[in-house]
Amino acid sequence: MSLKAGTKLEKVLAAGQFALTAEIGPPRGPDTEEVLKKAEILKGMADAYNVTDNQTAVVRMSSIAGSKLLLDAGLEPVAQMTCRDRNRIAMQSDLLGAAALGLKNILAISGDHQQAGASGKLKGHPGAKGVYDVDSIQLINIIKNMRDDGVQAGGDTLSAKPAFFIGAAWTPLGPPVEFRVLRLAKKVAAGADFIQTQAVYDIKAFGEQLKKAVDMGLTEKTAILPGIIVPRSAGMLRYMHNNVPGVVVPDELIARMKDAADPAAEGLKVTVELIEQVKELDGVKGVHLQAIEAEELLPDIIKQAGLSPRPEV
Amino acid sequence: MIVANGKPLEEIIEVVKDHRKILVAGCNECVTVCEVGGSKEVGILASALRLHFLNQGIDAQVGETTLQRQCDREYVVGAREEVEPHDIVVSIACGVGCQFMAEEYDTMPVVPGVNTSFMGGALERGIWSERCQGCGACVLATTAGICPVSRCAKRVLNGPCGGSTKGKCEISKDLDCAWQLIVDRLKSLGRLEDYETLAPIKDWTTDRAGGPRTRVKEEVAS
Repeated sequence: MSLKAGTKLEKVLAAGQFALTAEIGPPRGPDTEEVLKKAEILKGMADAYNVTDNQTAVVRMSSIAGSKLLLDAGLEPVAQMTCRDRNRIAMQSDLLGAAALGLKNILAISGDHQQAGASGKLKGHPGAKGVYDVDSIQLINIIKNMRDDGVQAGGDTLSAKPAFFIGAAWTPLGPPVEFRVLRLAKKVAAGADFIQTQAVYDIKAFGEQLKKAVDMGLTEKTAILPGIIVPRSAGMLRYMHNNVPGVVVPDELIARMKDAADPAAEGLKVTVELIEQVKELDGVKGVHLQAIEAEELLPDIIKQAGLSPRPEV
Repeated sequence: MIVANGKPLEEIIEVVKDHRKILVAGCNECVTVCEVGGSKEVGILASALRLHFLNQGIDAQVGETTLQRQCDREYVVGAREEVEPHDIVVSIACGVGCQFMAEEYDTMPVVPGVNTSFMGGALERGIWSERCQGCGACVLATTAGICPVSRCAKRVLNGPCGGSTKGKCEISKDLDCAWQLIVDRLKSLGRLEDYETLAPIKDWTTDRAGGPRTRVKEEVAS
């Protein structure tokens, strides 16, 4: 089988193994220790690690720099790239730079609007001018054309073709759900090799959306990794349900976390159960785990879910 | 129309406070319709400025005029007799009118009394909503007549983004998601299959991003 970029993530998927990605958020400073500490905790636990690109529109160490730190520490990164802060010139230049540094997994996303400012928890930069020169689907296509044809969006040729494994996001359960799969189809048509979804907690609803993707043949062309954010309290779930677009948390799950004597432990249990449930769904090729600012929780979850050690490919 | 918002009175006072012959100049077009810069608002602003100077014990004259169109040189030139006796003009036309006044009267300070905001229309009395960004390459034919450039917070051309929920935008629960509107209208038109077409990256050369724009209609330009 010919590989597009030959990353570990791509090889795991190509081998038909259940893939596991995790997320590492870069610090709001230049301190490499912060990244390396998280890397130390998570090394060997996942196939690849997403490094977010100024998530919630708060300035952090750049995704590309964070990704390079991970790579040097022996972890395979997925560098996220949003459409919020760069025009097509900067994007392609950064992509070439990323390729030069050995970063091959790229996740192309719209990005939280500049007014997000960590949902009000931090100041952020609400007065920033959002770029949004191209959208995420167009960015996917730009990356694909760079890789496959060695051509820039403007038509100029590249001196060499960068090898990328292209990721995209999907929000399967954002109400109304009916057109979500149609947009997924556009991402796949644009060139998305793998998909990481917004956090799913309602597995039945997710399964229904996934079924549509399977029926459209999308899961043959792209690898879908449902996202799971480790719940730590009922309040966190309620907050996400009410405030994070596309995250739908069933009442029973919130009640379960509320009634739990040890919510943190219950959250781990819930996560393991969710992993087991999505693993059973036709069309799921792996899972994308997030423990936002609590990465130390992930190793236990991964072990309990029977996903450790990771396959050698 | 061009929609503007009145500047706070304090901001206007700060700019005109050292002047003694002030002309408040309105415009009969868009800013009259959006109730911010017509003859009525000229009267209100002029009265407020007079009251300010009166309270300060300062003898200042505040004149009033409303041009047919401040964005039209013919009318701007025609206002010369009204403008010249003053030592500053507060234009409450849009930014175009304010600049046309400044360009014509080169020794006269012309300052804005409004913040020009967007091209839009009235949803109902007192509520205006943006509809166009003047990108110079209209996409409405492919987006069911709803503009993602002006109405999507991220100008997404293949939307909606993951921030769309229950038909609203991630930046405000009061703001409609443009792409939800587009999808809904495509459905009403029986053209949902149009949604499946990938919109290519947009050429922004015709937009403001391509630099300040000039339109020439050869057959009438002299």
